Amino acid sequence: MQAVTQATMEFVKQYWVPLVCGLVIVGVLPLIVGYVVLVERKIMADMQARLGPMRVGPHGLLQPIADAVKLLIKEDIIPDDADKLVFWLAPVLSVGAALLAIAGLAIGPAFQIAQGINIGILFVVGVSAMGIFGIVLGGWASNSHYSLIGALRSSAQLVSYETAAGMALVCGLLFAGTLNITSIVQAQYDQGIWFGLLAPVALFVYLVASIAETNRAPFDLPEAESELVAGYMTEFSGFRWSLYFLAEYTNMIVVASVATTLFLGGWLRPFPRTHWLNFIDYLPPLLMVAIGVYCLMRTPKQPARVQQLFMLAVAGLCFAVAVVLAAPVLVPLVKPPLAAAVRPFYEGIHGGFWFIFKVGVYIYFFMWLRFTLPRYRFDQLMRLGWHFLIPLSIINVLLIGIAMIVGSSYHLNGGWLLLVTIPASIIALIIALLILAVEQKSEPQKAAGAAPDSYA
Amino acid sequence: MLDQVIFYLFAGIAVVSAILTVTRRNAVHSAIFLITALLATAGIFLQLRAEFLFIVQIILYVGGIMVLFVFVIMLVNLDVAVRQMQFARQKWVALLISLALAAQVGLMLWSSRKMPGQGVPVLSAVPSEKLPPNSEEVAKSLFSSYLLPFEIASVLLLVAMIGAVVMAKKRT
Amino acid sequence: MLPIGHYLFLGLALFIIGAIGVVTRRNVIVILMSIELILNAVNINLVAFSRLYGDVAGQVFALFIIADAAAEAAVGLGIIIAFFRNRETVLEDEMDLLKW
Repeated sequence: MQAVTQATMEFVKQYWVPLVCGLVIVGVLPLIVGYVVLVERKIMADMQARLGPMRVGPHGLLQPIADAVKLLIKEDIIPDDADKLVFWLAPVLSVGAALLAIAGLAIGPAFQIAQGINIGILFVVGVSAMGIFGIVLGGWASNSHYSLIGALRSSAQLVSYETAAGMALVCGLLFAGTLNITSIVQAQYDQGIWFGLLAPVALFVYLVASIAETNRAPFDLPEAESELVAGYMTEFSGFRWSLYFLAEYTNMIVVASVATTLFLGGWLRPFPRTHWLNFIDYLPPLLMVAIGVYCLMRTPKQPARVQQLFMLAVAGLCFAVAVVLAAPVLVPLVKPPLAAAVRPFYEGIHGGFWFIFKVGVYIYFFMWLRFTLPRYRFDQLMRLGWHFLIPLSIINVLLIGIAMIVGSSYHLNGGWLLLVTIPASIIALIIALLILAVEQKSEPQKAAGAAPDSYA
Repeated sequence: MLDQVIFYLFAGIAVVSAILTVTRRNAVHSAIFLITALLATAGIFLQLRAEFLFIVQIILYVGGIMVLFVFVIMLVNLDVAVRQMQFARQKWVALLISLALAAQVGLMLWSSRKMPGQGVPVLSAVPSEKLPPNSEEVAKSLFSSYLLPFEIASVLLLVAMIGAVVMAKKRT
Repeated sequence: MLPIGHYLFLGLALFIIGAIGVVTRRNVIVILMSIELILNAVNINLVAFSRLYGDVAGQVFALFIIADAAAEAAVGLGIIIAFFRNRETVLEDEMDLLKW
């Protein structure tokens, strides 16, 4: 016992910062996810020419809190013959895997919970793959045929698209040469170009695969309301359902962060090394000032006094963030000797802003696709994964590898690599489309939508 | 000190999960406990500073093989099998022989620990701080000295994939 | 790193538990799971010695064992599914087609 307490004290003394950050994230993430859901409902409303939640709080800004309270006070129903241990365990596994994956991510150069993992990206991908168990065991523990079928379909979909996503990541890692997250972003800084521009096919494959990995539309057959009730989530109510929901949106944030780190330059601003574009540094504070001014202008139009005060508070928050963003950029202008001391703050704060901005753009893309495209049928979904994405990603890795060898023999680096990688990507795309065309020609009746056999 | 506590923690979880795996009546419960045993083994790999193997264990074993197991258990799930006898008729003889084997090997390990100069050579491992980065070392070894086994493993996986698809296909 | 004996005893314990599972259980799927336990015990031994001698070959061998375990599990489970379709059983002493 003495040894255990001593070891615990040693552990806490060495790692108390990541522990505290981890606890803060676990506490704050449900709130963030709630607001992501609100943003999604607002965007859905915008694309459907309506307003979305407007009643609870000004412009519906307190809607997530109302939803959370509702979910927490709902009755906890457990089906009759359900296996109680596994029924309890399944949502916990989903949420645990998603939150553990967040621990491996780096939001800026300064903010990473598990710092300096040598196998960074692989850790995040591997741990988020463990969320499959939450789905499969949840469907089985519900003791209902439809839940089981939904769970098996969902996990088959996840496993199929995991290979394609992994291969797309391998293609990006070919450029980076390391698995460590900070080193990957540093490699993009050194090359001066985002890896997503060097390998656009890999970015496309990862985009499609990550939509399927998180069970989002158009691949949301296992959990859509008009199919199989709600799939594996049918029998879970109240808090258990909110855990699954939290896991799904956290997974969305995780895949968006992985794509941002590897393909979209992480926390680097656009064109990080060209000095004449340094005015881009002023854009983040200006954006926040513009949002604050917009809130101020809308304040008089609010119907009630408390809503006007709320809008003023939101405007004040935007201005405060603008000041925090502007300080590291303006201080070196005003007092040049402090430039070196302010640099870490600049990298941390602006890095965090650009990272969150890019993750936001990626998630906006997810939401855009959800409200635009119709749903894929399950056999079409599996066909897309196995017959198109996996061959495309494998051939892409092969050809980009060859392009890198050709490029290094001509001593190309940075933007010049585009000369070899873009033709490689185009050839990979053409080959994959040819494979698909040849297959479709050889079995026309099967591709025309015959009755799908989901177990074959 | 922290090393020791971590080792005993993961070793304890591994052994307890393994015992529960082979004794549970319900196959899904066995699978869940096997998952915890595999995760504990991955923890042991991490404690031995083999971080690449740690993540490969999680991605392949837990995220791949165990998902396959759980799928198949759900497809062949028989309620009647749960109520039948779980242990074969030869269980006592088998248990006796296995424990005799355990005693034999355990005695050998224990006695070689006490006799200097015999058994496991007394070498000191490289201290953890001076280890080269693990993924790079494994990659260097895998693609230079062990390239042929690597290619053969790929062919093996291809053959296994074809075999599994053929075995599980419905004969229409 | 702890003295090598700790890892060897852990490997032995997992091996024996896996071996007991293989020879004692009737359900074929649990037998396959016990085989995975045996393979993991071997992996622990390999990685422990690899760390002791500083030679990464032990970890490379463990990697091949994991790949091999995946292949074997896939084929084994395929066989179980095919057998289950014909005979409706997963108990090993009911799989006695060669006995007449």
